Amino acid sequence: MASSAGEGSGSGLVDTDDYESLISTTDAELLKQAWRNEKAAPEILRFEASLVQRSREQIQLMEETIEEYSKNGVDALTVSLYQMDLDRTMFLLRSYLRTRLQKIEKYAFHIQKTSELWNLLSKPEQTFAIRCTDDMGQLFEQSVLSKLPDRYKSHLKQSVISEEDDMVPEAHLDSFVICRCKRFLGAFQLDETGVEKPVDLEADDLYALRYKSIKPLVESGQVDLV
Amino acid sequence: MASQSDPHGSAFSAAELEFLAEDEMVEIVPNIRMDPLNLISGDFGPFRPQIATQVPLWLAVALKKRGKCTIRLPDWMSVEKLTQVLEAERDSARDFQPLPFHYVEIARLLFDHARDDIPDIYMVRSLIEDIKDVRFHKIGTGLEIISERTYAVKLLNLSAMEVNIVRPFVAKALETFYKLDSPEMIQDAERRPDARTQAPDRGPRRPLRPR
Repeated sequence: MASSAGEGSGSGLVDTDDYESLISTTDAELLKQAWRNEKAAPEILRFEASLVQRSREQIQLMEETIEEYSKNGVDALTVSLYQMDLDRTMFLLRSYLRTRLQKIEKYAFHIQKTSELWNLLSKPEQTFAIRCTDDMGQLFEQSVLSKLPDRYKSHLKQSVISEEDDMVPEAHLDSFVICRCKRFLGAFQLDETGVEKPVDLEADDLYALRYKSIKPLVESGQVDLV
Repeated sequence: MASQSDPHGSAFSAAELEFLAEDEMVEIVPNIRMDPLNLISGDFGPFRPQIATQVPLWLAVALKKRGKCTIRLPDWMSVEKLTQVLEAERDSARDFQPLPFHYVEIARLLFDHARDDIPDIYMVRSLIEDIKDVRFHKIGTGLEIISERTYAVKLLNLSAMEVNIVRPFVAKALETFYKLDSPEMIQDAERRPDARTQAPDRGPRRPLRPR
């Protein structure tokens, strides 16, 4: 009873908060948080398509501005400060994309056969994943699998008697992450079974929690991974 | 270019934490005149001689390196405040004092680049070191509370560096307890009594939950 009322007012809060964070948070902040979340989460998160697009445009605009400034004889100090800011943003963007590629490479087979995960990838990332799985499959085939008896020739299964693909590495959602709540979230049930006592998640406090239990909160942006 | 940390060890490398800390705001007093900067990370300035303004730490350090400003020491870094914090840290065996999330990195960056702006730098430096030591010791003893019934750990007032250092241990310990507690694991252990030999150093065995 109390929880349903809490949820009702909670969703109202989300809207205003989202609106406030939309007008007060810069893309630089958003990109930084996307990068932190991506680095700290065990599995691949949704590709921040529009954020990446906007960041790219800002970077391009800034590159043009810097070029213009250095042509027009704006003093070297100012230009170098703009350049530093640009470098920082580019580092964030590159590291964000690269962290995703590392995860894709690691869990390529699993991502490719799981449509929910597959849809989180951008088009170029999907291309990358396909090439990854093709190349890895070919490598396994040529170096090992072709020399094994028939029963063991799959790179997805241990042997023909395996009912499911049991040789596919996937992300451990049971691993623990450290997170910070953006605001008070109230009593939060950590365990599906309901055996455990709910934990009060308070704004700005840090918690070590099982990733799976807070996955929806990460996806909706209510908690940040650190 | 800074190298990437392995995403499955500690989540962030020390260099990456420093990168994040460089976005924290500090107050500077410029000695030059410069127009406002409209950067991707925000708008800063205008810069006028002797007029204090707020900028991110990386910008402050860049100006400082070129001798264009002095950096005002953040309030929490004064000898007085740090002495209070250190005393409070020593008084309580469990609680941590609120300090900036990146206090270790900010202090280090300022020691490295703005030593002449810090009065009593030796005092400040040794206070920070002491605070760090006391806190790390407390973290060490605090981690002993993790047990098989721990599903969540609240890390009140821990800083970025401290979180990053305990992360591999805390995450692994909690995960192991979680796995050992899961029903499949308990069934497995019953089916294969020899499984025990694989982990001889697990410490005292916990009684299995009645099913």
